[in-house]
Amino acid sequence: MIAEAGHYALVLALALALIQSTVPMIGARLRDPALMTLARSTALAQLAFVGISFMALVALHVMSDFSVANVYENSHSLKPLIYKITGVWGNHEGSMLLWVSILALFGGLVAVFGNNLPLSLRANALGVQGWVSTAFYLFILLTSNPFLRLANPPLEGRDLNPVLQDPGLALHPPMLYLGYVGFSISFSFAIAALIEGRIDAAWARWVRPWTLMAWMFLTLGIAMGSYWAYYELGWGGWWFWDPVENASLMPWLAGTALLHSAVVMEKRNALKVWTVLLAILTFSLSLLGTFLVRSGVLTSVHAFATDPTRGVFILLILCVFIGGSLTLYAWRASSLKQGGLFAPISREGALVLNNLLLTTACATVFIGTLYPLGLEVLTGERISVGAPFFNLTFAPLFVPLLLALPFGPLLAWKRGDLAGAAQRLYAAGIAALVAVAVLWAWTRGGAALAPLAIGLAVFVIIGALTDIAERSMLFRMPLPIALRRARGLPRASWGTMFAHLGVGVALIGIVCETTWNSELISTLKPGDVAKVAGYELKLDAISQRQGPNYGEMLAHFTVSRDGRPIGAMTPSKRSFATRGMSTTEAALMSRGVSQLYVSLGDTAASGAIAVRIYHKPMVLLIWFGPLLMAFGGLLSLSDRRLRVGAPKPAKAARGLQPAE
Amino acid sequence: MSLWFVLALMTFGAIFAVLWPLGRRAARQPEGRESAVYRDQLAEVDRDIAAGLIGETEAAAARVEIGRRLIAAADAEEAAAPPSSLRLRRAVAVVALVGVPVLAGGLYLRLGTPAMPDFPLASRMRAPAGGQSLDQLVAQVQAHLEKNPTDGRGWGVLAPVLGRVGRFEDAAQAFRNAIRYDGDSATRRAGLGEALAGAANGVVTAEAKAEFERAVALDASDVRARYFLGLAAEQDGRPKEAAAIWRAMLDKAPPDAPWRPLVAAALARIGAVAQAAPDGASAKLPALPEGAAAAAQGMSEGDRAAMIRGMVDRLATRLKQNGDDVEGWLRLARAYMVLNEPERAHAARDDARRALAADEVGLRKLNEGLKALGIDG
Repeated sequence: MIAEAGHYALVLALALALIQSTVPMIGARLRDPALMTLARSTALAQLAFVGISFMALVALHVMSDFSVANVYENSHSLKPLIYKITGVWGNHEGSMLLWVSILALFGGLVAVFGNNLPLSLRANALGVQGWVSTAFYLFILLTSNPFLRLANPPLEGRDLNPVLQDPGLALHPPMLYLGYVGFSISFSFAIAALIEGRIDAAWARWVRPWTLMAWMFLTLGIAMGSYWAYYELGWGGWWFWDPVENASLMPWLAGTALLHSAVVMEKRNALKVWTVLLAILTFSLSLLGTFLVRSGVLTSVHAFATDPTRGVFILLILCVFIGGSLTLYAWRASSLKQGGLFAPISREGALVLNNLLLTTACATVFIGTLYPLGLEVLTGERISVGAPFFNLTFAPLFVPLLLALPFGPLLAWKRGDLAGAAQRLYAAGIAALVAVAVLWAWTRGGAALAPLAIGLAVFVIIGALTDIAERSMLFRMPLPIALRRARGLPRASWGTMFAHLGVGVALIGIVCETTWNSELISTLKPGDVAKVAGYELKLDAISQRQGPNYGEMLAHFTVSRDGRPIGAMTPSKRSFATRGMSTTEAALMSRGVSQLYVSLGDTAASGAIAVRIYHKPMVLLIWFGPLLMAFGGLLSLSDRRLRVGAPKPAKAARGLQPAE
Repeated sequence: MSLWFVLALMTFGAIFAVLWPLGRRAARQPEGRESAVYRDQLAEVDRDIAAGLIGETEAAAARVEIGRRLIAAADAEEAAAPPSSLRLRRAVAVVALVGVPVLAGGLYLRLGTPAMPDFPLASRMRAPAGGQSLDQLVAQVQAHLEKNPTDGRGWGVLAPVLGRVGRFEDAAQAFRNAIRYDGDSATRRAGLGEALAGAANGVVTAEAKAEFERAVALDASDVRARYFLGLAAEQDGRPKEAAAIWRAMLDKAPPDAPWRPLVAAALARIGAVAQAAPDGASAKLPALPEGAAAAAQGMSEGDRAAMIRGMVDRLATRLKQNGDDVEGWLRLARAYMVLNEPERAHAARDDARRALAADEVGLRKLNEGLKALGIDG
């Protein structure tokens, strides 16, 4: 009954989405308040039903009901409970159900917290949201139905792909989807604005919290995915320029640009047409990412979705939504009124530069990801565009972006003073030069670019701090006053600082890891000692262990430095009998923000084992940076500015009184 | 709670969600306004001045700009919303009342399987499932051997178990590994041959026969190898040779040997054939395994499967050549039912009817027998 009730709930959600996508929009056209408010209740009911459906699938996985094909194909009765649950979205059907659940969740959030929106904008935005939902409900029900049953239920399931049986998978896809799907809200708002033919500064403020939220989750999702690849795939790499990774990076770059251009729109009523375009493009890239991953056009380490028949359906969705929205844009954008003017050297100008560089970077990633696919379609030739292409194109775009980054917040709106901003960045510049000089002296003979890159990172970090110091007049006022001023700063300013700081921090991690990473690949027998970067790793013993649904071979290492033991590391290899696959579980030891990384290779007949040992200096900063960025986003989200006009129902009366 | 009740409840919920806002008579909805945003922006400028973040002149310019937007927005908001149209609301209500159940019900009945109950692990565990725990044991041993692929004794333990649960290919591989890492023996060679025969649906292939011959070379008294060599001879159409092998086995066998009845039954079968039909063509058909199957209780499942298979295939071949044997056809059909191959049973039924088309008495007898087997029709 659970399976069938879940199935039916999904069908009901489709019916509600159909109503949500038509009636409120008709209502908005005819200015009929009752029809417009329908958007709210249908969005909430849709959320409830898709929630029931999702919970039903979770329950089926937990109870190992193998009469459901999806459970049989991706679960196993011996799997630990946590992986029974995460296995729900570790497969194509379940992950699409998660996708629409999150879509409905965002629709529900707009319905609940959208009291500050004009009724017609809310109706139209939720209507557009309904279109997207309808398309994906149909996709799920017709091509990837997770509730299909097996007439003769097998006794045991086929187990989840072992690579995915990992805590990282518990959080990575939901985070990523919260980001991907979150951008559907800015998309819906953009389409709603185009349909109404009216857009202004207030729109930017209404959209901002949703964009921020999506951006935050996407940032965390990408960082988490990168960390998962780092420790689970066993090669010590954290970014592979894999098409699936690029698919998540593209909406992030476009979303970051959107976040910044929306600021200009909100403050100055300018860049409106561009912002709407970015909102459309960001979600289109999210859809494209979903298409790339879900249609199986790629074969990569993210090998858990390969069914080309579904590709056509997603391609259709892609064409309808991207093509349709861009056509609407081309048709209506000219009717949108242009806003304020500004000089090239100004906060607006800096943000335009940011947008140009970010979108160009996004375009290079787009080309690098899709060119091989296009070539394969046209000529049948398979090529891969790897790190060299991206390093050559991405880096030259990011260097000016990072150089300009500290200037932006220091420039005034409308007409800025570059010399003045530069003057205030003296300290940051000097700190960067000192860092370059020191590093150069210390690592003489090493890579010449690394100290420069780190200097750039220091410049970004100190620049971000300078902005806050300037605003709170630190060093110019007595300390207590400065602190009070700092507390009084808008949270958005603090958010900006943390986010920009995060960029610098991540850059340090990236440069250090790629430049001074030491690696040792060797074959060890018990008793052997390997030396890496001043650490000695002694292989004490190799032992076997039986896990719940896998067998595990553990290698026990004692790590010492200068003769003093500092800890033990036990990397392992797990073999999963059901799928006949094995995974490597790397052992990580953090020393400050640097890490030692040990992963196991094959066992030789002599009992020796191949071992890869890496010392990765500052590697944790790579993920610490995005955490800071997301924290900045959170601070910004809590800014009182964004709560304006969203009175709690009880306080609504006060909001309606004239303020004058 | 029956499934239909739950589905109906959910449908009502969905319809209610649509009807509810329609029913509330144009209650003034709390609605956000653009002017609220601009008022707040003005307040923000004031806060910024108080905090000293911007200068007076910039603040004045900002106020002018925001004020202009505020006035425009306030003008646009003046127009009061028209009242809701009753006709439209009724139309939407009808759409919801009819459309939601029809669409959801129609789509669900096409896609869903409402008649099928849940089948969670907990209820499966209550059902006797000895095989499952055996599967788990096998999986554990396999996992162990994956890590220690050179553990020949482990392979030796695993191999016959795999054969017993019908995983003949895996069993053959396991026997080969056992031989490679833990030495050759007649038992293992015979086991390998049996697994190969099992994988070939009971046919003692040349490869399997070679293994049995090797087993006999290692230990001339290996019972299983000799039995299967006999079976091979029988399948090759040399019943006399088979009878000789089996008779020799029985002569030397201790009186309480567990395999005695099996070989005796096989011999009886062969003997009947050999005596009744020296030329083998117009032979009376061999008895199907009733007797042999009883004797085979002591055999491993692999043995039994191979034995039954061999006999059934042979019977089918014979009937194809000479089809006017009602009893034979019935035995064949029953055998396929026992082997859980209803399609083949039906095919046998059709073949039999064709073969006996001219024989009215035989046909009636056949139909009665088929009725008893439950494959009439």
